[in-house]
Amino acid sequence: MNEFNTAFVTAIHLIANLDQELLAIVVLSLQVSLSAVLLAAFIGLPLGAVVAVFRFPGKGLMITCLNALMGLPPVVVGLMVYLMLSRAGPLGELGLLFTPSAMVIAQCVLVTPIIAALTCQTVTDLHKEYDEQLRSLGVGPMRTIVTLLWDGRFSLLTGILAGFGRASAEVGAVIIVGGNINHVTRVMTTTIALETSKGNLALALGLGLILMLLALLVNGAAMAVRDAAQRIYG
Amino acid sequence: MNQVLSLTGEWRVLAPIPTPILPLALEAVSFEARGEPLLNRISLCLEAGPITIVMGPNGAGKSLLLRVCHGLLQPTGGAVTWANNDSKLVRQAQAMVFQRPVLLRRSVAANVEYALSACGQPRRFRKVAVAEILEQAGLLHLAKRSARVLSGGEQQRLALARAWAMKPQLLFLDEPSSNLDPAATRMVEDMIRRIHQDGTKIVMTTHDLGQARRLADEVIFLHGGHLLERTAAQAFFAAPKSQAAAAFLDGQLCW
Repeated sequence: MNEFNTAFVTAIHLIANLDQELLAIVVLSLQVSLSAVLLAAFIGLPLGAVVAVFRFPGKGLMITCLNALMGLPPVVVGLMVYLMLSRAGPLGELGLLFTPSAMVIAQCVLVTPIIAALTCQTVTDLHKEYDEQLRSLGVGPMRTIVTLLWDGRFSLLTGILAGFGRASAEVGAVIIVGGNINHVTRVMTTTIALETSKGNLALALGLGLILMLLALLVNGAAMAVRDAAQRIYG
Repeated sequence: MNQVLSLTGEWRVLAPIPTPILPLALEAVSFEARGEPLLNRISLCLEAGPITIVMGPNGAGKSLLLRVCHGLLQPTGGAVTWANNDSKLVRQAQAMVFQRPVLLRRSVAANVEYALSACGQPRRFRKVAVAEILEQAGLLHLAKRSARVLSGGEQQRLALARAWAMKPQLLFLDEPSSNLDPAATRMVEDMIRRIHQDGTKIVMTTHDLGQARRLADEVIFLHGGHLLERTAAQAFFAAPKSQAAAAFLDGQLCW
């Protein structure tokens, strides 16, 4: 227990003093996860909306797949992206393996289905309500999608935040494609895994605290957005 | 706001679409769902002018008839023909207000502006048009409020104002005041009259007899998907031609 206390105190010190190593890791983590989520939103929002609005054969199957992909195991995504990016893989030429870009790609693959599936649900519900009115106004399919995405913006934002939560918390994908290289591809989760096994509990705990704080902030933000939207927009 | 309103004379020039889309002709229009005939060979010609009220008991097919006319549903038999072949123009020259108003999750003003932009009004004219129509609907003081937090009566008036802003030649109203209290119903009826005075043909369903008496120029009576009669309002309420309509007015019609 004493060892734990010492580690905890050191961890607080690291955070309070804005320890350089710790700060670098946190910044890289945020850069990777935010880029991944931004990219995933660009793909997932239109994809989810298109699946929701258009009728096409295999639509039910597509939605089932999107929902199933939400639970995609990070290590499997890591493995797939690794195979794609490794020297012998189809995208090996790009030389992206073990770079932050590779981590962004892996997390993007992980998060896109989450955003797409949640978008699909939100937009489907909204479309049910708006469909007749929009057709009455003579609004075409593209404009319908834009309208539904805009009017669902608050629900969609919580979906994006959920995606960010997932990206920042996962370790399996980034450790495989990033390689956990010091000062290059070391993010919070991979550092925690490594430092714990090395017995350096202070840094691991410090990062763990920050991760938890981040999760708290993300959820708080999601709730605040939903409340504000409820209050203003009914 | 006064400044905006002082410009109101300008925008009328661009609103009305010159070529008429009426009369609308229905020839033996049927609609079936799961093998059940819900509309049965209805033939009807709707001309510009009088307020047409569609009456009938629940399940007679009133709302369905409006949706088929408006083009939201394709009839399974027969033909719906407009006086104009330009389908885009036909779409933009008609509007519909639903029983439960469908308002976008935006401000009151943005709801009207959306409809104007959907029917192709250039951006520079929209602001003035929005202000004018909200003023006429008595909603100008709520312009910046979110449409979804308005009261039921205000929401329905906004839905009417949004349709009005498009200056349609034909406006379908599906029981526009069935969820409203008497005061709100009265305001909605006033608006309907003013929209009609502006030259818009009104086709409206209601099962509020008082409202039908107050608004109708002519009555179309539906029962079980059949068109039983079409009579001038005074004659209809004095002595309907069909037995079903007489029973309905008596409050004795069972479906």
